[in-house]
Amino acid sequence: MTAILNIEDLKVRVDGKEILKGLTLKINPGEVHAIMGRNGSGKSTLANALAGKPGYEVTGGKASYKGKDLLALKAHERAGEGLFLGFQYPVEIPGVSNLNFLRTALNAQRKYRGEGDMDAPTFLKNIKEKVALLDMDYEMQKRAVNVGFSGGERKRNEMLQMLMLQPTLAVLDETDSGLDIDALKIVSQGINAIRSPDRGLLLITHYQRLLRYVEPDFVHVLSDGKIVKTGDKTLALELEEKGYADVA
Amino acid sequence: MDSRANSNKELKESIGDYKYGFTTDIESEFAPKGLNEDIVRFISAKKKEPEWLLEWRLKAFAAWQEMVEPEWAQVKYPEIDFQDAYYFAAPKQNDGPKSLDEVDPEILRTYEKLGISLREQEVLAGVKGAPKVAVDAIFDSVSVATTFREELKKAGVVFMAISEAVHEYPDLVKKYLGSIVPQRDNFYAALNSAVFSDGTFVYIPKNTRCPMELSTYFRINAENTGQFERTLIIAEEGSYVSYLEGCTAPMRDKNQLHAAVVELLVMDYAEIKYSTVQNWYPGDKNGKGGIYNFVTKRGLCKGKKSKISWTQVETGSAITWKYPSCILQGDGSVGEFYSVAVTNNYQQADTGTKMIHIGKNTRSTIISKGITTGKGQNTYRGLVRVLPKAENVRNFTQCDSLLLTDTSGAHTIPYIEVKNPTAQIEHEATTSKISDDQLFYCLSRGLDEEEAVAMIVNGFCRDVMKQLPMEFAVEAQKLLGISLEGSVG
Repeated sequence: MTAILNIEDLKVRVDGKEILKGLTLKINPGEVHAIMGRNGSGKSTLANALAGKPGYEVTGGKASYKGKDLLALKAHERAGEGLFLGFQYPVEIPGVSNLNFLRTALNAQRKYRGEGDMDAPTFLKNIKEKVALLDMDYEMQKRAVNVGFSGGERKRNEMLQMLMLQPTLAVLDETDSGLDIDALKIVSQGINAIRSPDRGLLLITHYQRLLRYVEPDFVHVLSDGKIVKTGDKTLALELEEKGYADVA
Repeated sequence: MDSRANSNKELKESIGDYKYGFTTDIESEFAPKGLNEDIVRFISAKKKEPEWLLEWRLKAFAAWQEMVEPEWAQVKYPEIDFQDAYYFAAPKQNDGPKSLDEVDPEILRTYEKLGISLREQEVLAGVKGAPKVAVDAIFDSVSVATTFREELKKAGVVFMAISEAVHEYPDLVKKYLGSIVPQRDNFYAALNSAVFSDGTFVYIPKNTRCPMELSTYFRINAENTGQFERTLIIAEEGSYVSYLEGCTAPMRDKNQLHAAVVELLVMDYAEIKYSTVQNWYPGDKNGKGGIYNFVTKRGLCKGKKSKISWTQVETGSAITWKYPSCILQGDGSVGEFYSVAVTNNYQQADTGTKMIHIGKNTRSTIISKGITTGKGQNTYRGLVRVLPKAENVRNFTQCDSLLLTDTSGAHTIPYIEVKNPTAQIEHEATTSKISDDQLFYCLSRGLDEEEAVAMIVNGFCRDVMKQLPMEFAVEAQKLLGISLEGSVG
């Protein structure tokens, strides 16, 4: 079985500073992994490096995605291959409606995979289903991408994009932060909806509370650019109880 | 292949992405090179014009000779030798009323290549439910075809080449020609008045809503020839018309002059919506060649509650110098100006508007979006003037500039003159770049860099693009994407 993601001894530098210092992680199809760690441990750097953000310089190690060299692909190619990054702070794109953005993105990925455009009726049917699942207002999809959206609305919108794009690997960077309990439940529904035996999920989070709703197979503790401890879901509870200092 | 075709091929290789840069090989008739009274007489004689019009042209020519080229615009170009150009070029064809069958098939093919169908039945047979668009096709100095004339005539709408209108509606033309842009208005308007070749004449009678979109498609084909078109649109009381013009030209390594005049007149409760998609050849990536687009466009809102709305998408031309303006004379009249101007490589644009508030309760809106990339220079220059008797004037102006490269420049020069204290004038201006985070967000969703930039730029222009008639908005968006090609990386 080919792993969806196989990271070996990855080292990443940002602005001349080494942030990831030899990170190793393997995600097999069907697995949900959670990475926890305090601020500055390198969680978001890992997410950005995996998605290919310019300025994230890989100085060592390897990362393969479905057997391919992930690091050789450009950001948009990684997306085309089915890698999705859920942003911690989704940006605004004034003047571009969510509908237009999503449809353009979806068709760009389909084009990359050699598929034709999704026709408009199918697209609209899909998006209406997903909007309902996430308890969103469809009218919002006619508004510009994230413009005037609350923090919670932005995160839900990320989930909508994920559900529409149907990625093989979703890396969700603190998708739970800034959500009230109701929004957290809804976002969790979105994440659980994408879970499947042929997909992988990497949840990056500060807190254990998301993991109450999305049960991970593995929990890793990231500290100073390395994974220092790995366990099952009970590790998250342990962290919650004792704090990072005592566990890792 | 002759040498001209060869140099065109080279040009094509050096620019690559201007897809309208082909030439049409047809036999043309030229006036002798240069500009003098005889040339003015030649043009007038070619068009079998009445004596009054010749006199009118000669008066303009005399005025032009005493005038100097304006230098206040923020554009740089070598001195133009007005004697080193042709002022009249026309495809050879028989005189008399033109049916489509008489039009040179090469010309029809040219318009087909440009995506403009001059065959009414093809328009009708097109996409089901697609709106009809009547086209006046202007090729170099003459109108070669005007479609849907009969159908429009039934509605009382006059839509024809201005050179024909001179003969068929002499009273209207005589009354209104130059009434809004006088012969000596400015250097280029005077030049145009002396040598204007063709253009479109539109007359919408009282209480008539024009049953279809009207459009004029300007094509410069002949080498080393200026195009001086003249458009006159009159909207009588309670009428409405939406008019669109599109422009392209072959790639030539020598600059060509295009100096047009457009006059609009709007009576009580009438409205003209005037849209332009300007895609003249912009020159190659080293700044060689391209059209000098020096244009005077002005509308008079003469009637109460009349309205003029200018929308322009300016992606072409080496140099653009144009300020579509509204004189808001009628009480409660409304002027709007929506503009997108893109400058890439060495293109320069100095464009904006003038809103002259004369009547009470007049309102104007100005939305200008400038995009610069390569070494392009983009200036917004706009005047809002409120005269003493204009009570309760409202103006809102928003000028946004988007810089895609460090080597390009954006400038905003607003002039605000208010002589009545009841006026409320708002001016907002921003200058921005595409943020790395915005770009990465799009990339992470599968758009490549050019698609991402095009999407963000289209979003930036949305407030203007949404003003375009539906059927042209899509084309304008594509055009915007093409104009930005090569601007990232």
